[in-house]
Amino acid sequence: MRILDPHIHMTSRTTDDYEAMYAVGVRAVVEPAFWLGQPRTSVGSFRDYFDSLLGWERFRAAQFGIRHHATIALNPKEANDPRCREVLDEIPRYLLKDGVVAVGEVGYDSMTPAEDEVFAAQLQLARDAGLPVLVHTPHRDKAAGTRRTLDVVRESGLPPEQVLVDHLNETTVEMVRDAGCWAGFSIYPDTKMDEARMVALLREYGTERMIVNSAADWGRSDPLKTARTGHAMLEAGFGDDDVDQVLWRSPVAFYEQSGNLVLDPVPGFVAGEAPPAGVEFEGSSVLRGARV
Amino acid sequence: MTSTPTTDPAAWLEQARADVARDPEAVTRAFAFAARKVGREPLRPENDPAGVVHGTVDDAARAELVVALAEHHGDPDELADRLATLYHQGDAAERRGVLRGLDALTGRGQVPPDVVAVGTELAEDALRANDQALVAAAVGPFGARHLDQHTWRHAVLKLVFLGVSLDAVAGLADRADGELARMAADFAAERRAAGRPVPADVGRLIPTDTTRE
Repeated sequence: MRILDPHIHMTSRTTDDYEAMYAVGVRAVVEPAFWLGQPRTSVGSFRDYFDSLLGWERFRAAQFGIRHHATIALNPKEANDPRCREVLDEIPRYLLKDGVVAVGEVGYDSMTPAEDEVFAAQLQLARDAGLPVLVHTPHRDKAAGTRRTLDVVRESGLPPEQVLVDHLNETTVEMVRDAGCWAGFSIYPDTKMDEARMVALLREYGTERMIVNSAADWGRSDPLKTARTGHAMLEAGFGDDDVDQVLWRSPVAFYEQSGNLVLDPVPGFVAGEAPPAGVEFEGSSVLRGARV
Repeated sequence: MTSTPTTDPAAWLEQARADVARDPEAVTRAFAFAARKVGREPLRPENDPAGVVHGTVDDAARAELVVALAEHHGDPDELADRLATLYHQGDAAERRGVLRGLDALTGRGQVPPDVVAVGTELAEDALRANDQALVAAAVGPFGARHLDQHTWRHAVLKLVFLGVSLDAVAGLADRADGELARMAADFAAERRAAGRPVPADVGRLIPTDTTRE
């Protein structure tokens, strides 16, 4: 089973998670920029966070044989804080960077006028940069929020196939599919969506344009939920090819639109072999799968 | 879906150099796109499979862009500012590109004092990183010429610690001194006491017996 987890906040996870993810087949991840729990108070906090997504976290993932990518945006919750809004001026230069595969997470939290404005502005940034968009749908008033999300996407003029609308459930999947966008599902231990409900949705709607992620972060979540969903699919009678489509080919096809995915194996990484510093390779000590 | 570029790498680099010659601002975008255009393979895959020790093809391309910048927009103040911005706003690969660019300028004997001052700060910043490739990029010819002896010794020991071949260090034999040999010997003793293997490269540091300041 090969897996690209298209939405996971590795900054909040441990190296044990990286090892366990590699062991179940995760070879690439996309980490969207989001809210850190503790509110930010300045643009500098965002810069350091974006830099760590493109720097430290990519480096850390590579130590475990996993290709790390990011999406960059001002998240909906902090779009409401005037101290954070100015980061919008910094975002275009980040959208040029290697490994930035979409603008995101954008969308709605409380559906305020400030969120409207920042959402629309960032859809325009995505058009300018030629990048797809990862859209978060709100936890509260989800159906209304998703409907409004799709209206804003339509007004932006972005092609629907460049938009992945995430955190969907039984009440929101159909309108997203009808709009021609990609449908994303965050499989959580007990809230947004679980494996059994996901399998039922795949039975009803098919496996096309359906994307599964763990959305694992600093809350109660599980970075192996992508693999667990794959196994639930197999147990329910889906074939290996269906699983490969949902866990690998579809997220690859979506983010590939950025021209910025790197999926070949991490050079020098040997699975299950993280040699101590100074291991010899052809006569001189070189880095192979060295640890942090 | 791999790092294989879709356009001709040499043609892209030639165009990027010409763009930079015309407009120094063009270097920002070219720096960001270099790996997507020329690839990210190691320069010497036979003994450096990860491109950590000797760098990667995108490192080399970015170094050429730095040279183009220096050739056509050589005001030392301005060049120093641009290199600092490229470094500070760059990801790890772009940071390596700046450092490898400083190496290329050093090789051409083209590093004015303002650029040396800023370049030294950037190299010292890279040496605080944990990314092996970034640390290795800070001990090339520019670092060999301009890092102070204390900083340079710690850089060398850090590479041993990180498991990076000392082939990364330019001018190793010229700068290695008695103090570095002592540090290396202490490190080896610490490893042996812990029952852990001693990296082979430690042996390259111990024979010298003269101390320089």
